[in-house]
Parts: sequence; structure tokens; C-alpha cells
Amino acid sequence: MERQIIVKAKDGLHARPAAIFVKAASDVGSPVTIGMAGQTPVPANSILAVMGLGVRCGDTVILSSESEQALDVLDGLLSHVEE
Amino acid sequence: MRRGSEPVPGALLAPGTDPAVAVERLQGAAEAVACKLEQIACESEGSASEVLEATALIARDPSLLTAAGDLVMCENLSPDRAIWEACEGVASQFEAIGGLMAERVTDVRDVRDRIIAHVTGQGDVGIPERPEPFILVATDLAPADTARLDPAWILGIVTRDGGATSHTAIVARERGIPAVLGLAEAEEITDGVDLLIDGTKGTVVIGPTKAQVRDAEAKAKARAARSFSGKGHTADGHRIKLLANIGDARGAEAAAAGGAEGVGLFRTEVAFLGRTDAPTVNEQAREYRRVIEIFEGKTVTIRTLDAGADKPLPFLHMPPEENPALGVRGLRIAELHPTILDDQLAAIAMACDGVDTEVRVMAPLVASVGDAARFKDACTRHGIDESGVMVEVPSAAIMAKEILAVASFASIGTNDLTQYVMAADRMNAPLAKYIDAFHPAVLRMVAQVCQGGAANGRPVGVCGESAANPALAVVFAGLGIASLSMAVVSLPDVAHVLASTTMEQCRRLAHAALDCATADEARRIVTEGLPVLADLD
Repeated sequence: MERQIIVKAKDGLHARPAAIFVKAASDVGSPVTIGMAGQTPVPANSILAVMGLGVRCGDTVILSSESEQALDVLDGLLSHVEE
Repeated sequence: MRRGSEPVPGALLAPGTDPAVAVERLQGAAEAVACKLEQIACESEGSASEVLEATALIARDPSLLTAAGDLVMCENLSPDRAIWEACEGVASQFEAIGGLMAERVTDVRDVRDRIIAHVTGQGDVGIPERPEPFILVATDLAPADTARLDPAWILGIVTRDGGATSHTAIVARERGIPAVLGLAEAEEITDGVDLLIDGTKGTVVIGPTKAQVRDAEAKAKARAARSFSGKGHTADGHRIKLLANIGDARGAEAAAAGGAEGVGLFRTEVAFLGRTDAPTVNEQAREYRRVIEIFEGKTVTIRTLDAGADKPLPFLHMPPEENPALGVRGLRIAELHPTILDDQLAAIAMACDGVDTEVRVMAPLVASVGDAARFKDACTRHGIDESGVMVEVPSAAIMAKEILAVASFASIGTNDLTQYVMAADRMNAPLAKYIDAFHPAVLRMVAQVCQGGAANGRPVGVCGESAANPALAVVFAGLGIASLSMAVVSLPDVAHVLASTTMEQCRRLAHAALDCATADEARRIVTEGLPVLADLD
């Protein structure tokens, strides 16, 4: 399943927010991918791939996973990181 | 030469190597690097800690390791070449994106260099190989890594991070390796370019002219000609012992070769840094024994573990403190972890056995007569007679007479004494103007300790960085200091200036400095009174 999320972190998915997101994605127990419209999705547990997307604040990302719960966790994180 | 030089393009696995085993080795190295980075992150604070945690995630990045693993499996590349190519792939992609991403390229390359160092068996730090001695340029270098460098091979160090009073700088100076730290341009230095560095002035010339090289060589030659005879004295024959500050046996060898009369400060924490567990009594005894043997027939002053504040030790599991410089550090750790001190004293007693070296032991950060008495008792229990104190805390300087009625000797650590007297963190760059051992407030403290020593017939020495300043050495001698301990490279200059100055002149300049109102005034008066300083440059 997929979910579209607007990223709220001030720096987008870069440096610290990216590290927090990747750590969480490594811990959810199911593989998750993250992508942006028109780009190939990348594994959410790879900091290099996630930073390589160049996601900025306000961008919409698409998370995809077999696990609804994993999506809930990461959705909460991306919508609420306020830095 | 830059740290992290490129493995030969197309370098293949050694014939007969199982690629699957090589991939496992690469993964093991990456995991070790990630753990190490997390450990350093724990020991750091604020943004540095966050950056290091993110860097640890890079070392553990599954896509990166898969890419490198594929290069080993499918193209038979050696693990170091494979991780190099995988990281360069990411780095060029990030550079193409630019902006914030381009800034992360440094982290990717740092991870790359660390993994390559690990997988090629060079330990934590990747010291590149080269057929001739060279200057090492790196983003950063840990004190523990610096302590392992070979001064005969590494002619100098230039790093982007760190500063002149950081631990790495002190370790490098002790090992006689000229070091320029905190140079922003270090990142732009390319591999193989000629460099002219001056560790004393903190300058780097990239691609110097022939005239500049000739000039530098002439100065180095003049400096080498001022070798140290092995006995410090004033022009009229008053003895001032000139000792060396060391951190390990290799430092002791360099100090002995440089003519030091003994060791005035053996910083034992160097052997503890970068360890996740405390060294055993036997391990410590072996290290101390090597130093004690090198200085057979001379004096070795061992300072017990000085951790805390800027030197955290992971195995002590100390909670973060609001104000570490005023917290549990130095001798205070022994209150919470008595076995650390007991083990250390047992190791020292064991190491002294049967060697004809005068071994003295001193405690860091002594603040009261009670501290000195407890330390003396602990030493006595281990059969160690010569137990002294470091004077770094103003209360110890003020109470020197009473403390030296208990302690056998005192050694003044001017770096810490200055920061405590002036209430100015010595690592805090904007406060640098307060950190000046020429300040009359500091000099009056030193004078007070000397008086306390004289009242009890106990020797007082100086082992801070200021002892290496020839002008201050004269002032200290004039105040009644019996020994000066410094980085071995500074011995010839200090010996030269002392040998050209009479004790009467030392006393006159010392008293003139004590009477000044400011550090600048004291420095000017002393410098003007010592024309011999002009010989030094």
C-alpha cells in the first residue's frame, strides 16, 4: 500500500531529520520505500538514498510498504518533525 | 599526502580469495566503523554528535554496502577498491545535486576512508602509505590516532577541525610532530602538493617558492643546532631541571633522544583513550615499565588518570554534567571509582620494581589538603613514597603551604590553573584573550605555590604549555621553580634562553612581571628584558 505525505521538517529530509527518519524506517520491521512523483522509489532504510532524493520542506513524498503500521509510524514522523 | 588515498583502479581480490568471505570482511569493517562513530557521537555534544550519528548511518547504509558487495562478487574487485567506487558513485551524485547535498560529500568520503583503513588492517585511522616521509592532511584526527603516528615518517599534520589547544595538538607536539589544526583550507589541499608548515606559528604555505623553502630550511637548521645538552641551568649555574611531557613509551623514547633530564609529566590517560574497557593492572604495568626503563637513573613523574571534561572515558559510564570542568574529573574520579586509582597505583608499584629510576606519582586536580592526604595514603598503601599534587585549582595554590606539608612535591598545570583563575574555558575561542599565563593573576598564584614549597623544603615544578615559552621559563625560574616540563621539541629553546640569563636577571624580571597590571604589560617587560629571545627566530 502507498501513502502520500507532505514533509514538514524545515530542512526537508536532510541531515538530522533524514537520520531520524532512516533510523525509524530501519526499526519498523517491514521494508519501506520512499519516492517523489516522477522518481524511482528508494529503500527508506538507506540514508544516502533518502538524502539523494533531495526532499525539501513542503514536498510530497510517497511511502510504500506491506505494513500499514509501518506507514503509520513513518507518516507520523514526517508530518510532525518541526525543525 | 592526503589520508584516504585511492586504492589502485581495478584492484582485484587476491587469487584464491572467496568473494563471499571478502564481502563479509567488508561488512564487518563497515559495522566496526559505524560502532566507532556512534561511540564518538556519544562522547560529543550538540551538532557534532548529530553529524556523527548521521555519519554512522552512512557506514551502515544497506544500498552502499550492497553496491560495494556487488562489485566484489561480480567484478572480483578487492573490498577496498569496491567501497571506494561505491562511495565515489554516491559522492559524484551528491556533488551534481549541489547545495546541502554537496556538503555531505565530506561525510561519505570520511566513511569511505575509515572503512578502507579497517578492511586493509590499518586500524581506526587510515594512514596512507608512501615511499618517503610526508605531511598528513586530514579532515580530523583523533588524539588516540595521533598517538600512534610515527614521527620519523609523518613529518607534519594539517587538519581542518580542531584547534591549537586541543588534545590532538598537544599529543602531536609531544611526539615532536609539527601540527596545524583547525585550518579551513585543509580541505582544498590536493594530494602530492608541496607544503611548508610551521607548527609553532600555525601557518601553512601551499606550494611554497624555492626562496621560502630555503629560508625554512635555514631556520630548521639553526633550531637543530640549538640542541639540548641534557642539563638545564642559568648563566650562573643555577640548576633548573628540564623535563619532558609524554603520553606513552614512544613519547618517552623521543624525549630521551631529545636530551630530556627525565619526565615531568607522564599523562597516563593517553593509554586509556579510545578504549571501551579499563586496561588491566598488568597491561598498565607493562606500559609504565617501558617508560621507567627508558629513563633509568633519572626521574619519571607519573600523573594518575586525568579524565573527565574534555577527556571522557567510555568505561567510566559517567553521566553528562552541566559543567564538566567543575565536575567529577581528575582525582575526583577516584572517589567514585576507587579501583581505577588502586589498579593504577598497583601497576606503578609493579613497574618500579628492580629499576633504578626515581618514580614520582602525582594526582590531577587536587583542591584541598584532604585530597592531598587521601592520595598520599593511597600511595603509601602501595609502597609509593614520592606522592605529589598537581596545582591547577586556585584553592590548591592559595593553600600550597599546608598542602605541601603533606605532599612530597607540586607541579603546576598552568593550562588549567589559568582557565580556573580567569574563569574562562580554554576551549572557548572567544575567551582566548583571558587564557594567558603571562597574566599577573596567574603569576602571583605560581609565586604563592613556590613560597609554599620553600616553607616546607619541597620542590615545585611547572608542567603546563607555558613552561615551553622561553620568556615564561625565565619568570618561573625567578619565582623559584625547580623544574620545567614541556614538549621535547621546546627543550633546546628554553635551555638556550635560561643558559643566557643569570638567576639575578630571572628574579628581577619575575618580580617586575608580578607587579604588572596586565598580561600584555608583563609580556612586554619580560620580552624587552631578554634580548636573547631574538636568537630563536
